[in-house]
Amino acid sequence: MTFSPELEAKFAKMIGNYPPGRQKGALIPMLLYAQDEVGAVTEEVIDEFARRLKLSRVEIEEVLGYYTMLVREPRGRHHIQICTNISCMLTGGQELFEHACRTLGIGNKGKTADGQFSLEEVECLGACSWAPAMQVNYDFYYHMTPEKFDRLIESLRKLQ
Amino acid sequence: MKETLLSPPHPLEKRVLTRRFEYPRTEPVWIDEYLATGGYEAIRKALAMEPEAIVEEVKKSALRGRGGAGFPTGMKWSFVDRKSPKPKYVVVNADEGEPGTCKDRILMGYDPHRLIEGVLIGARAIGACRGWVYIRGEYREYIEIMDRAIEEAYARGFLGASVCGSGWEFHLSTHTGAGSYECGEETALLESLEGKRGNPRLKPPFPATSGAFQCPTILNNVETYCAVPDIILNGGEWYASLGTPRNGGTRLVCLSGHIERPGVYEVPLGMNLLTIINEIGGGVWKGRKLKAVIPGGSSSPVLKADECDIPADYDSLAKAGSMLGSGATVVLDETTDMTKVLARLMKFYAHESCGWCIPCREGTTWLKKITARLEEGIGSERDLATIDQISQNMLGRTFCPLGDAAAMPAMAIVRKFRDEILDRIRQAEMFAPAPGTQPLAVL
Amino acid sequence: MANMVNLTIDGKPVTAPAGTLLIDAARQAGIDIPAFCYYEGFSVQAACRMCLVEIEKMPKLQPACAMPVAEGMVVHTDTPKVAEARKSTLEFLLTNHPLDCPVCDKGGECELQDMTFRYGLGESRFVEIKHHADEKQWSPLVFYDPARCILCYRCIRVCDEGLGVAALGLSYRGVAAEIIPNKGDHLECDECGWCIDVCPVGALTSGTYRYKSRPWEMNYVSAVCTHCSNGCKTTLSVRNGEIIRANNRDRSGLNGEFLCVKGRFAFDFVHSSERLQSPLIRKNGKLEPASWSEALKAAAGRMRESIERNGRIAVIGSTRTTNEENYYLQKFARQGLRTSHIDHHRSGDLITLLDALGGRADALAATGDLYTCDAALVLGADLAQQQPMLAVQLRANWRHHQMAMYVISEGPAREDQYAARSLRAAAGSETERLEELRDELKARKNLVVLYGASVKGDAVRRLVQFGDSLGIPVKYVCLVDYANSRGAMDMGLLPHLGPGYRPVEIPGMHLDAMMEAADLDLIWVVGANPLKGGRRFAAQNAFVIVQELFLTETAAQADIVLPAMSLYEKNGTVTNVCGEVQRTKAGPKVMGTKSDLEIMGLLAAQLGLELGVPLPDKVFEEIRRAVPGYGVPLAVIATGGAAQTKAAAGAPGLEAQPELVRSAGDTLFTSGTLGKYSRKLNEVMEAPGRLFQLQVP
Repeated sequence: MTFSPELEAKFAKMIGNYPPGRQKGALIPMLLYAQDEVGAVTEEVIDEFARRLKLSRVEIEEVLGYYTMLVREPRGRHHIQICTNISCMLTGGQELFEHACRTLGIGNKGKTADGQFSLEEVECLGACSWAPAMQVNYDFYYHMTPEKFDRLIESLRKLQ
Repeated sequence: MKETLLSPPHPLEKRVLTRRFEYPRTEPVWIDEYLATGGYEAIRKALAMEPEAIVEEVKKSALRGRGGAGFPTGMKWSFVDRKSPKPKYVVVNADEGEPGTCKDRILMGYDPHRLIEGVLIGARAIGACRGWVYIRGEYREYIEIMDRAIEEAYARGFLGASVCGSGWEFHLSTHTGAGSYECGEETALLESLEGKRGNPRLKPPFPATSGAFQCPTILNNVETYCAVPDIILNGGEWYASLGTPRNGGTRLVCLSGHIERPGVYEVPLGMNLLTIINEIGGGVWKGRKLKAVIPGGSSSPVLKADECDIPADYDSLAKAGSMLGSGATVVLDETTDMTKVLARLMKFYAHESCGWCIPCREGTTWLKKITARLEEGIGSERDLATIDQISQNMLGRTFCPLGDAAAMPAMAIVRKFRDEILDRIRQAEMFAPAPGTQPLAVL
Repeated sequence: MANMVNLTIDGKPVTAPAGTLLIDAARQAGIDIPAFCYYEGFSVQAACRMCLVEIEKMPKLQPACAMPVAEGMVVHTDTPKVAEARKSTLEFLLTNHPLDCPVCDKGGECELQDMTFRYGLGESRFVEIKHHADEKQWSPLVFYDPARCILCYRCIRVCDEGLGVAALGLSYRGVAAEIIPNKGDHLECDECGWCIDVCPVGALTSGTYRYKSRPWEMNYVSAVCTHCSNGCKTTLSVRNGEIIRANNRDRSGLNGEFLCVKGRFAFDFVHSSERLQSPLIRKNGKLEPASWSEALKAAAGRMRESIERNGRIAVIGSTRTTNEENYYLQKFARQGLRTSHIDHHRSGDLITLLDALGGRADALAATGDLYTCDAALVLGADLAQQQPMLAVQLRANWRHHQMAMYVISEGPAREDQYAARSLRAAAGSETERLEELRDELKARKNLVVLYGASVKGDAVRRLVQFGDSLGIPVKYVCLVDYANSRGAMDMGLLPHLGPGYRPVEIPGMHLDAMMEAADLDLIWVVGANPLKGGRRFAAQNAFVIVQELFLTETAAQADIVLPAMSLYEKNGTVTNVCGEVQRTKAGPKVMGTKSDLEIMGLLAAQLGLELGVPLPDKVFEEIRRAVPGYGVPLAVIATGGAAQTKAAAGAPGLEAQPELVRSAGDTLFTSGTLGKYSRKLNEVMEAPGRLFQLQVP
């Protein structure tokens, strides 16, 4: 299995960042970047990395189940992550999340039927002073309100 | 056009770490601007010093770990045996997962070269050959900023085969996490760096002896490294003098919650907590009254309003039964439902527990379940005693401090807001999910 | 000599070598500190927190399993604080642990039950809904129930550290954390079941034992495994004359708690419906059931005829009968039948080794030497497949003492994982690469050499010459295949050597010659299958008497078949590959069978032969007296220990006949005749297994 030329170049560089014989250090970054490109950490990706990094399947699955950002099934095109931890909760994060559930018609870790949106209630995103905060994929959105959320969803829907 | 995360400066701030950038800036200080403002002077000076002298200066500065533990940085660095035949490494903890904390993104996002320079000085102090900036996975934009800054540094000879032409080789790269609060714990971070689960390691051996890839390592928070260049340039004593005895320097405080002017501000160690909240933060929002403050991130025990008139430094907060922690100050107004706060925090710790040891794995889950039930109003006085006892059974017994991080806030809230929680139980209405939504599951 | 450290535990002065873990020092002093995750010989986890104790001058309770002893340390394991900590740890554990005791296999031998009784609260305060995940089946032999799992990680460690298979891992986190198998939803591994037996609770259960019994309903019989030559102790759990399961939870014997898939699961051949349970006599070309008296009379009668007319009689002995039976058989053959034509399937060239060593009996390694030696050299063997217990000992030596491993073999073997050097050489040419290792080997303190069946004849002589030239102490292990392959040789089931390798006056035919001799009058086969694969005796007219468990190819060609017992059904001794003799005890009873010794005794009686009392104890007494090297202390044998014999002390000039040495090439999943009839062994997906090819990634 090969990835895009840019990603392959990135992988090659990444592997050199770890001491000789300790390339396993590159595993988690590689899994995340591969997931960004492929959509999920599929069986193919697992086998490929086992081969490249000379790891057993178990070593990869141990990591896959532990980290919340790594998934086996692809999420929506726009994966919405809304924080409901303390600072966001105090400023309306929980209501925002409930609003998102109602608006999109899905729940936590759900995905819309057309595959456009998926939703996740997440822990602190480190944006507490600009709460309520959320991410769409890797993009941060601050000071969110239900109205701003609705406008954002509309603009995302319009993207080709 | 990106929005700025900076707040307008306040006269009570003491801007040392943040001096290169000001509201309403949106872009980082790239290398040309960094060099023009005194950047990479400190590493040049450090290269001419004896490594032991660097460590001495940091010891004199009374700089303490800004990630949460508050361990004296100079002492931590002195534990590394420079003469060890093993390679030595520097690791930056940019996992920034402690709820309430949002300062490391400011430092990386606006002054990335400052972090690189701080790392270089630490590396020089211990004789390191390579380092990693471990950045939480969600901070992709900051990883990209750091990557670009590192590239700039390589291009200008501040990283690579001969740092500043000195002949000393040092390499730095970023390393992304993938969603785990526990990876902010230093040994769990090292495990993650090695490509494994974020389970913590047995200590001893400490990272100074056996750290990244089992080699001697120093591992500090972003803010800690960022303080180092000025310590070298202006001296440890100068830095210490900015704060209070044994609590030297300035720190970034993250104000959030029910506050008029939430944001990240730089204040000297020891500034009064209420001053920070009322003067710099503009006081409680919407004209409301202060009920409580979580002074140092969610793991720090909550302080009631009448307990907040204290200097905000490590020792004073410890004396008050709480901790300075990561400096994340969350303000709670009079309308705050403390039962809800308790339940949400316990849910967090249960979700983030790595599961390695029995007391944390089972204890955090148990706390989550009881407090979720209490939030629905189903419970009794006995539950409060149980929460207290579970917490005490976790304190000091778990493999790593996450158990303590869950137990301490739980104990503080049930003890200090006992009546409020009991009232809630007595007057509870059944929680009815709004039609069309999926209720937040209570497991 | 390590520094000794003085400390105090519960007011008792204790002395232990520096580096000893507090939990071990306490146990040696008779103070039991409870622990789930601590398992001696494997890496420290400090995860369960059951072993927390109070140490003066340390503010927090400390895990005894992670605390090396220190001079002047004052430890308290019996304070209220410690008792409270233990209660709370158990309370935590029981919050999500399901109350499955009534339906859980482990009930009655469960460490969590035991600890809860001893250290736990009477009641739990947990009133929430427990976290649950469904039970999974990972192989026909291994089931995993995540809800019961207490995450002690013993299973992961025995598989990874102990065996080098690493088929188990840990995934997810918090209460959802669970053990995962290496193939997503199932296991591909050695199926040894070690994980099941180290599991302190009923999270890992045996697919063959599930729901069958309670531990207190069974009798425990100490047997020696009847499969390969390593001599593992396997404790048979027997109920109503049937083996229900086999394990070694009392950690006795040479193997501790380790057993391979054969030792732990492949006992079911004993109760196979295809066991011969009645003598058979060929009448009108067909084998017909007959009574014992009829069959014995016919067999003895035919033997008498053969003796009287000086007919050539060939005796083919077994690699899986006891020493007593082997000794008695060769006596019967030589004194009773007056024949020298005795042999068995030889699978290792021990004779050349003994000859080359010229009587140096201390140059033969015991199993313990594999754990303590400084270096090991393995030629022509895939130890993990063929000698699994020896593989575990060597690996533990590497893990604990950094033993240097050297491998010369025709293909990859699991030892390559940790070998200092791993060389490839075609079978038979392994010794040609010895020189390449000279410099590294002679720099070690001592060496143990293990060699398989492809190293024989002159190759063995070259090997010993090489060993002698290194200038360091060298010990040898001649690898053989079966449970009593070594005993068969030691007891003289050889045409030219009697018990203890004493040359006989007139040597007889060896096995190959017997197969080709057209003029044999009588062939007596005990526990062997020379006609496997459709072969035929050249002596078409010979009368064939077979003692066997199953209707093998040989039995099917016999004139009289006498149903025999397996090793598990008999009392007696067997000798393992390192020459260690151990007693095995009778467990189950299969109707209609008799032990080989009893059969021979009855035949001898019918023939009026005076061969001694045909009881295992009596025969063993004679062996101890009469067989050189077998003068072992009876106390060791009687108490279930292993006593090393001293083979051929001082016997030079032995003729080797190396061409007769052939391994059957059994793997972890095959075991000659016995394995064929073990349903469990054949059910696992890894069967039949392969040699010299790495199977588990």
